Amino acid sequence: MKKIKMTKTAKNNLITYLMVFLAYVAVQILLTTGNISSLMKGLLVPLCIYVMLAVSLNLTVGILGELSLGHAGFMCVGAFASAFFSKCMDGMMPDGLRFLFALLIGAAAAGVFGILIGIPVLRLKGDYLAIVTLAFGEIIKNLVNVLYIGKDKNGFHFSMKDSISLHLEEDGQVIVNGAQGITGTPHDATFTIGIILVFISLLVILNLINSRDGRAIMSIRDNRIAAESIGINITKYKLMAFSISAAIAGAAGTLYAHNLSTLTALPKNFGYNMSIMILVFVVLGGIGNIRGSIIAAIVLTLLPELLRGLSDYRMLIYAVVLIAMMLFNWSPKAVEWKETLKEKYFPKRLSEEKEVK
Amino acid sequence: MSLLEVKNLTISFGGLRAVDDFHVEIQKGQLYGLIGPNGAGKTTFFNLLTGVYKPDEGIIKLEERDITGLKTIDINKAGIARTFQNIRLFKELTVLDNVKVGLHNHYHYSTLEGIFRLPKYHRVEKEMDERAMELLKVFELDKEADYLASNLPYGKQRKLEIARALATQPKLLLLDEPAAGMNPNETGELMDTIRFVRDKFDMTILLIEHDMKLVSGICEELTVLNFGRILTQGKTGVVLNDPQVITAYLGE
Repeated sequence: MKKIKMTKTAKNNLITYLMVFLAYVAVQILLTTGNISSLMKGLLVPLCIYVMLAVSLNLTVGILGELSLGHAGFMCVGAFASAFFSKCMDGMMPDGLRFLFALLIGAAAAGVFGILIGIPVLRLKGDYLAIVTLAFGEIIKNLVNVLYIGKDKNGFHFSMKDSISLHLEEDGQVIVNGAQGITGTPHDATFTIGIILVFISLLVILNLINSRDGRAIMSIRDNRIAAESIGINITKYKLMAFSISAAIAGAAGTLYAHNLSTLTALPKNFGYNMSIMILVFVVLGGIGNIRGSIIAAIVLTLLPELLRGLSDYRMLIYAVVLIAMMLFNWSPKAVEWKETLKEKYFPKRLSEEKEVK
Repeated sequence: MSLLEVKNLTISFGGLRAVDDFHVEIQKGQLYGLIGPNGAGKTTFFNLLTGVYKPDEGIIKLEERDITGLKTIDINKAGIARTFQNIRLFKELTVLDNVKVGLHNHYHYSTLEGIFRLPKYHRVEKEMDERAMELLKVFELDKEADYLASNLPYGKQRKLEIARALATQPKLLLLDEPAAGMNPNETGELMDTIRFVRDKFDMTILLIEHDMKLVSGICEELTVLNFGRILTQGKTGVVLNDPQVITAYLGE
């Protein structure tokens, strides 16, 4: 019995990896044969970013069971930390190495922010936690908007006022220019790098879930009091899940920053709209269902673009699809209907499953 | 030397003294019962023992070690594990994983070893699987190892909770109304299980129960609580025939 279970989880994970790999191969074929519009080409890296964000938020929402609405904030931290590093180091080390370091710095910075914010915030639960994380996300975005950092021969200069009060020497260069953000970040992100990062994110999250730490995290989700009574350190594992989730969002932010020449913190990219959009991916894909998050992120990112021809009705249809998906996934009648369909068309498989159970 | 020694334990909620000047001594290997009418303070006493509440006064000693006011997880590490009156399983985890969470503090590998699936991960996980399956076998739950805990029938959920508590390798096991909601057959089976656990794991067990058949069947000594105070304490046969106890339960 135990063996079947092991292969079942492993099989599930394998399907997820395979799915991503096949998607990659398919896109590569389309790219080489030139059967892909430039619009879609431009969407490839953002798709990877959204998948990473959705998967990492699912760690907080689905596995840890805490509602966080500040995910875009962590992405923002990762984006700016890594872009700052890349800007400073541009030309001083090989591009590949620089990007690797930028990635590590982006992820680490967001992870550290995750811990710093997590310590006070994770004492709260449910709606309260959602509200506070929402606020933190906005605070990060707004702080970045008034942050000025310049560099000259005397070193770095900081200001929260404007670029003039940096008092740079003549050779000085403003790196982070308040609301204008960081300009001239090297364009390192490619679809291949994006897919590799998606793979790494999946590996980290899926393997974490199926380990000793992952079980502890899920036990807190299922019953905090019982988890405490058998010696699980609640604070430690909550923070662990929260900061790993933040670090992956930071890595996604790094990818984002190195995909654009100008990085600015706008409500559109790092605001709560973004956080809520990521949450929509997670909820529609199925809370705690990593593969579902990937599919939802891809479908819901492509959908508005595919519907572009409908111009004004685009967002209307998007909303209708959202509602339809939600009903299809969650309403009891739909679930029942899916079960009967399954029984009708895959009777053997179902009985097998029952046996396994 | 007694395993558990509680002296002068008191806690008030507002004006209500939920547990008042409680004392008890439990010897190693004993099956000890705590009974009393609803609201007598039995579960409150469990919550005091396991660090959910901090006592206003009094001392709790486990094997001569003062554990008063420690945090719940430290008390579990010191050697007290419990089950709950309203079953608290990890519902979305499998039966096997429920027990493996219980083994958490006795089997170690680092987060990175887990994420990168290093050899130590495979070795320790295998040991955990084996140990957990052993425990499940004891409770005849091994066939359901892959079920989600929430899909188990009620009686088996109770057993799984005991298995999970035992996985933490406690010295003292607290059972909060283990027979609640069980039919006489299941209760009989449970009595055998409890006795078996005591003998097989050399365990000391303190249980709260309303089912007099179970209490008189397996408990060696009893404490009767009423309105937070000890009504009487002693050998089961003597205590149950005490007119005071009968009055407390049945009225005048």
